[in-house]
Amino acid sequence: MEFKNLKLSKKTTFVIWVLIIAFIIAAPSILPVFRLNLLGRYLSLAIVALGVDLIWGFTGLLSLGQGIFFALGGYCAAMYLQITSSSEFPNNIPEFFGLYGVDNLPFFWEPFRSPIFSLFAIWVIPALVAGILGFLVFRNRIKGVYFSILTQAALLVFFNFFNGQQKLINGTNGLKTDVTQLFGQMVGSESIQRMFFWFTALLVIAAWFFSKWVVKGRFGNILIGIRDDEPRVRFTGYNPVLFKTIIFSIAGGLAGISGALYTVQSGIVSPQFMTVPFSIEMVIWVAVGGRGTLLGAILGAVLINYAKSLVSEALPASWMFIQGGLFILVVTALPEGVLGWVQGEGPRNLLQKFGLKRKIETYPSLEIKNETEGLKNE
Amino acid sequence: MNKNTNYLLSLENITVSFEGFLALNDLNLSLKKGELRAVIGPNGAGKTTFLDVITGKVNPTKGDVFFKGKSLIGKKEHKIARLGVGRKFQSPRVFENLTVKENLEISVSTPKSPLNLINKNIKNDQLDEIEHLMKVINLSKKINSKAGALSHGQKQWLEIAMLLGQKPDLMLVDEPVAGLTDEETDLTADLLKSLSGENTVVVIDHDMEFIRRLDSNVSVLNQGTVLCEGTMDTVQNDKKVIDVYLGRPEE
Repeated sequence: MEFKNLKLSKKTTFVIWVLIIAFIIAAPSILPVFRLNLLGRYLSLAIVALGVDLIWGFTGLLSLGQGIFFALGGYCAAMYLQITSSSEFPNNIPEFFGLYGVDNLPFFWEPFRSPIFSLFAIWVIPALVAGILGFLVFRNRIKGVYFSILTQAALLVFFNFFNGQQKLINGTNGLKTDVTQLFGQMVGSESIQRMFFWFTALLVIAAWFFSKWVVKGRFGNILIGIRDDEPRVRFTGYNPVLFKTIIFSIAGGLAGISGALYTVQSGIVSPQFMTVPFSIEMVIWVAVGGRGTLLGAILGAVLINYAKSLVSEALPASWMFIQGGLFILVVTALPEGVLGWVQGEGPRNLLQKFGLKRKIETYPSLEIKNETEGLKNE
Repeated sequence: MNKNTNYLLSLENITVSFEGFLALNDLNLSLKKGELRAVIGPNGAGKTTFLDVITGKVNPTKGDVFFKGKSLIGKKEHKIARLGVGRKFQSPRVFENLTVKENLEISVSTPKSPLNLINKNIKNDQLDEIEHLMKVINLSKKINSKAGALSHGQKQWLEIAMLLGQKPDLMLVDEPVAGLTDEETDLTADLLKSLSGENTVVVIDHDMEFIRRLDSNVSVLNQGTVLCEGTMDTVQNDKKVIDVYLGRPEE
């Protein structure tokens, strides 16, 4: 797989951001409540996509198990909401426990009574799990396809475990959040949902800035070095295991935040968050948007999911074909994703095919970018 | 501690067996501090495995490697690199998606911990070092070009500069002049010669003219063991070396 390191020009990034922010500000007044809620959910998925871009686009770790960390974040949020809204139920514990004859709250639920603990747990627990899992895998120098298979296997283990734990976390039914209370209101109510929309939009931007900070400078360069030639990084005196563990843990934390926001806006968390196709979709969003661009991950996640819901409403069951086609298109025609294509020679080549732009005589990089400046000075 | 502390590096009875095939067979080799040593030998003689053993990529089946009096066996590659062993690879391995400057930043940065790299900016003296290195390899004008856009020779030199930037006590240089022009080859030989004295350098190559220009002691490897050691003239006139490697001049 050939990776190119794409850096979006300042102008493109600026224009895209102005559009995104304008849209986010305008959204609550132009979109119906239902659509706004969908947009909020898809924005929260952009955060997990940013994590996928950090580990895959920059570091070359293709994880097919991000659903684990996504779901863990979701469960943390849902457990907090359930436990703090359970005062009217028997034994003061969430209602579902009654179905299985459980009278005492399992011990690990206790700390989730605290809002502060829960706010931290949402990202710290997934980050820790990712860190431990990552460390064990990276220490044994498992990489490439083997890493991908291993993460998928881990995903299945978590899926099956969560599915079977009725007495602990309501098993396959999951934990509902829409009928719980937050700030004295129903979480599913319009005002709370609107608040979550704004909160999600802010967090997407914060996560983007954070990811940018992580990959800029020498730390990010080492990640790219690991992606392109890991032994070389090692022989230069760096320990790739540490770097990979850190970035995988960061991606896990982002996935947790993403999962929590997605849960509160969709009203339920269940083991369905840990199905294999969902984790693969996360990779597709990033591939289509443009890996290694960060912004591409956000656009990919939001636009593909929005398209998915529109298409599914009009032509039920056709989405899978469209998504498959999209992925094939990206792999064969746009290996750097849509943003990578726009940023590279894509539009120029297309215009040339229609005879709208003159052909360039030398290497594009010489004519387009000012790399000849040095020569002129000679 | 080892008895051979007067040597910077010594390999003692190193044997490396790949499923029965002896890549190195009871190899003994020692280097004094400041020495420049050329290692030559036919294909498959074990030259690259020899470097792999020193840098920790391959664990020997038998024997021990001492660097500054300490055993390197069982140490991880990055730990050995931090102890002061730098390696340049056979084909130039620079980070093609990073710029020349970013490549050099990676090599000169210390400490090499993730926290240091993410939190702090590069130190001023390290920036000076980069500038100095770029002058040495004559790439100052390409500072912000992607390393992948450099010519083959420039990549070779960038990798040598990255090696220098690590400030290693021992430099292992694998075929530094492969694919270079005659002029570049001469410049590289002079550069490596100027480095010895302060640095200890091991050069592996096939190019006899280049090795002769290095004007150093030569070790000839064959079938995983040292066949002969001495100056270029001694080696070139050694009967065994002529038989297995150099070949007889046509009568």
